[in-house]
Amino acid sequence: MNSKPLTIVEPVATPHTPPEALIRFDQVSLRLGGRVILEGVDFDMRPAEFVCVVGPSGCGKTTLLRLIAGLLRADAGTVTYRGKPVTEPARDIALIFQDYSKALLPWRTAAGNVSLALEAMRTPKAERARRVAELLTKVGLAQHADKYPTQLSGGMQQRLQIARCLAQNPAVLLMDEPFGALDAMTRQTLQDEVLRLAGAGGACVFFVTHDLEEAIYLGDRVIALRPNPGRVAQIFDVRLPRPRNQLTTREDPEFLRLRRSLFDFVQEIEH
Amino acid sequence: MPLALVLSAQAGAVIYGIHSDSLASPWQILRAAGTLLTDGTLWAMMRQTLLAALAGLLLGGGAGLACAIVLGLSPSLSRLFRYPIEVLRPIPSIAILPIFLMIYGFGYRMEIAIVAFACFWPNLIIGQAAVAGVEPRLLEVSRVLGLGFGARVVKIVIPAALPRLFLAFRLAAAVALIVAVTVEIAMNPQGMGYELMSAQSSLRPDAMFAILLYIGLLGWALNAMLLFAQQRLFGVAAAAPPA
Repeated sequence: MNSKPLTIVEPVATPHTPPEALIRFDQVSLRLGGRVILEGVDFDMRPAEFVCVVGPSGCGKTTLLRLIAGLLRADAGTVTYRGKPVTEPARDIALIFQDYSKALLPWRTAAGNVSLALEAMRTPKAERARRVAELLTKVGLAQHADKYPTQLSGGMQQRLQIARCLAQNPAVLLMDEPFGALDAMTRQTLQDEVLRLAGAGGACVFFVTHDLEEAIYLGDRVIALRPNPGRVAQIFDVRLPRPRNQLTTREDPEFLRLRRSLFDFVQEIEH
Repeated sequence: MPLALVLSAQAGAVIYGIHSDSLASPWQILRAAGTLLTDGTLWAMMRQTLLAALAGLLLGGGAGLACAIVLGLSPSLSRLFRYPIEVLRPIPSIAILPIFLMIYGFGYRMEIAIVAFACFWPNLIIGQAAVAGVEPRLLEVSRVLGLGFGARVVKIVIPAALPRLFLAFRLAAAVALIVAVTVEIAMNPQGMGYELMSAQSSLRPDAMFAILLYIGLLGWALNAMLLFAQQRLFGVAAAAPPA
């Protein structure tokens, strides 16, 4: 992976034309139930970029994600994906929910759950079994193909959900506090796996979290939101080398500096 | 305890020598039951009743289920149809007998139509609640994965709601038998209900009670079969069979 997020090597990109945005928020506002959730949100996401979103609860993190997913539509402004307004869910945008136990089909095995995504894409039946096995191996669940979700641990269920999303061959991975309900060890393992999978697939990742350190550890950029109404407060560039490492990255002076400024920033927002 | 009651009834009948047009001793009833069984009357009447009950159950229950899925998935349609449903549903199914009698005359078609009407409602009401109660996250998953409406119904909605849909079906099955027998008692010259009435009007209490016994057994067997199927299908709680 390229270590410096702002210098993406693209032959067509000259210093004066910024690389084309994959996803663009242009003055997006949204009301739900008479309340202003988002107001005037503006930002771009580049291809293969890992963007983390942090902010106090109720600042519209998840709402931003659902706008990209096409599950919600903006009242004002536009959300565009590959230059076209997002009106409905797209096949190559995958969404990973926090509540994995509700997002998996309890009556299907691990293999059956992954297969669902392939069935939706009308992958020929003969090819499905092979693809399912491949995807389960990718997330380390090859041994558990015939188990039902309730027979898997929380971490394994979340891996299963990730496998199902990877089946879509996503260009964009949307992750909504995916590791919020997991223990610290499992969380770290999965963080590294997501970095590996996103790096290998070249997917653009939009990662919502309330864990500031997680955001810095994973992201190329961290977007901090301000609540009431939700809007972009500040965007932090994370200039940390890749591949990231749970020990050395977290001890890097740049990591500590970012951590300090993000913490200060969040403190300031909350007061 | 039930056995003791039957025995004491038999003892009473023997000791006091009851001869009645409305009562029969357990032994007489048993003998009549045996006759019904051997002369083929039982199978003929049971077949007629079961055929009408099952056909009505499948037609009405199926239609109820289909409507339940559409209404359960569409809050606006569900609001639109709420009052028509509330008005039609409380009509006792036997009250529409005269109407269907005029349309179809005597026979299976009239009976099946009334049973279907009666079975439509429990499947619609419970089914709609079951479909509306499907985990919203699963519906979002199906949207994000890009499943079409048909695939969403078959792969997400029906399996997720299946335990409750089956409950609705079980209730409807009980209703089907009740309504079929009722229609036969009231009007339709076929099946167990009709035989029951003709036994009564020809002053044969033994045959009458024997038929009653068989109707009870049939209802019990039907429910036991469905319960067994339910346990086989959903016994392992969440780990239901692959859909």
